[in-house]
Amino acid sequence: MAYSEKVIDHFQNPRNMGSLDKNDKAVGTGIVGAPECGDVMKLQLKIGPTGVIEDAKFKTFGCGSAIASSSLATEWVKGKTIGEAMQIKNTDIVNELSLPPVKIHCSVLAEDALKAALADYLKKNANGTPVEENEKAKEGVQ
Amino acid sequence: MKFPIYMDYQATTPMDRRVLEAMLPYFTDDFGNAASRNHAFGWKAEEAVDAAREVLAKAIGAEAREIVFTSGATESNNLALKGVAEMYASKGNHVITVQTEHPSVLDTAARLERQGHRVTYLQVKPDGIIDLDVLRGAITDQTILISVMAANNEIGVIQPLEEIGRIARERGVLFHTDATQGVGKIPIDVNAMHLDLVSFTAHKIYGPKGIGALYVRRKNPRVRLAPLLDGGGHERGMRSGTLNVPGIVGFARAVELALAEREAEERRLTRLRDRLRDQIMSGLDRVFLNGHPEKRLPGNLNLSFAYVEGESLMMEMKEVALSSGSACTSASLKPSHVLLALGVSDDLAHSSIRFGLGRFTTEEEVEYVADKVVSAVTRLREMSPLYEMAKEGIDLKTVEWSEH
Repeated sequence: MAYSEKVIDHFQNPRNMGSLDKNDKAVGTGIVGAPECGDVMKLQLKIGPTGVIEDAKFKTFGCGSAIASSSLATEWVKGKTIGEAMQIKNTDIVNELSLPPVKIHCSVLAEDALKAALADYLKKNANGTPVEENEKAKEGVQ
Repeated sequence: MKFPIYMDYQATTPMDRRVLEAMLPYFTDDFGNAASRNHAFGWKAEEAVDAAREVLAKAIGAEAREIVFTSGATESNNLALKGVAEMYASKGNHVITVQTEHPSVLDTAARLERQGHRVTYLQVKPDGIIDLDVLRGAITDQTILISVMAANNEIGVIQPLEEIGRIARERGVLFHTDATQGVGKIPIDVNAMHLDLVSFTAHKIYGPKGIGALYVRRKNPRVRLAPLLDGGGHERGMRSGTLNVPGIVGFARAVELALAEREAEERRLTRLRDRLRDQIMSGLDRVFLNGHPEKRLPGNLNLSFAYVEGESLMMEMKEVALSSGSACTSASLKPSHVLLALGVSDDLAHSSIRFGLGRFTTEEEVEYVADKVVSAVTRLREMSPLYEMAKEGIDLKTVEWSEH
């Protein structure tokens, strides 16, 4: 199967590959997938007091498309608010990377990893954090 | 060194120029139909086919009349299984084969099951070899055929054909072997091994694609087959269709060369293969060999690299042509059925790479590939959350993963 140029680029030059301190309260960690399925993604987000994603890192066990999907996701979420990051859909990743049908599950996994990281952060910061205010503010705007 | 490097010789092989030279006249000047009995063009073609049949038969200790030409080993396997199942239906309805066989045997067996036959798929031991006692125990008075491959296409493991043949003969059951990876690479003798049917093909041994053969024993016992194709009754009625004369000539030349060079080639490839394995294993930890360490084809190495997915590893080494047992290389999302049959865990099956060495593999290429594997696995492990977790001392088996 031929890979798109963007997949190859992300695979060869992964953006934001690495880890953040998972014990940091400002860091949300999402690990999705399973080794026996052939892909595991770890996506971490460091979220500032105003609810803006300041940093994002990933590590992925999986095919080139899985690595590219997670790399792209970290690139996209940086600078976004939690609410904005929630809006990222796997289909956006499919379109950006021109993933073929057999690789759509890679994009689904990236979306799941992102949601899991956000959920982890929200759980860690459940009581009276700026995040909630941020979310409220966002709702207010809408 | 020329790039890309081809290291996938169990998938197919480049045609040897000496084979091409032997074939060329039969495309143009000597183009006759081997079944044309009334003119010189036909005679010339028939003569070439007869000579080729002789070469192929001799290569496996058979007689020329016992060779049936087909389009390749897939057709030969189909003909052997379906032909026996139909012809011997009154004798029994049970077929024995092995879980690690090629799809052209497994899928044919599955079709026989749908048509009312019973099929036993033998498990293999962790080294990929069948357990002869399990085979003995599987034979019933309904068993008409045992089909066990000579050497496995993924892990190169060589089955004990002689012992299997003895068991089959004692119990009066026909014995078929898919020797696609065997003929020309390891000794195959239809009498010493009590083989009744043997599938083989040209393109795995530097011959052309699209030509194969099925050996069908003519005496002690005389094997009869229902044909797959109806038509002009070529090949003793077992395979109708105008003979592919250039392909047959090339097939014979390829077999001749493979036999003449087999022993020297075995030594050379074993040395190169072991060097590749040693160089990779000394540069990396957590690398696992799949299949028996010695009872395997000299040109085959199959390794699993823990924490790294096979397709990404091939992508990282795109200047080297390799194969992986990872699901990502197929549409099915299931990893290699061969590795799973050995009891290799799913994650290590996803992490497997097959290195296939052959006639044109050089020492320089082996060194290059070994170095490249070490650096590629190292980079991908840096990117792998599993490697990170393992380094932190987390037992990956105890983690609750989210299946998807």
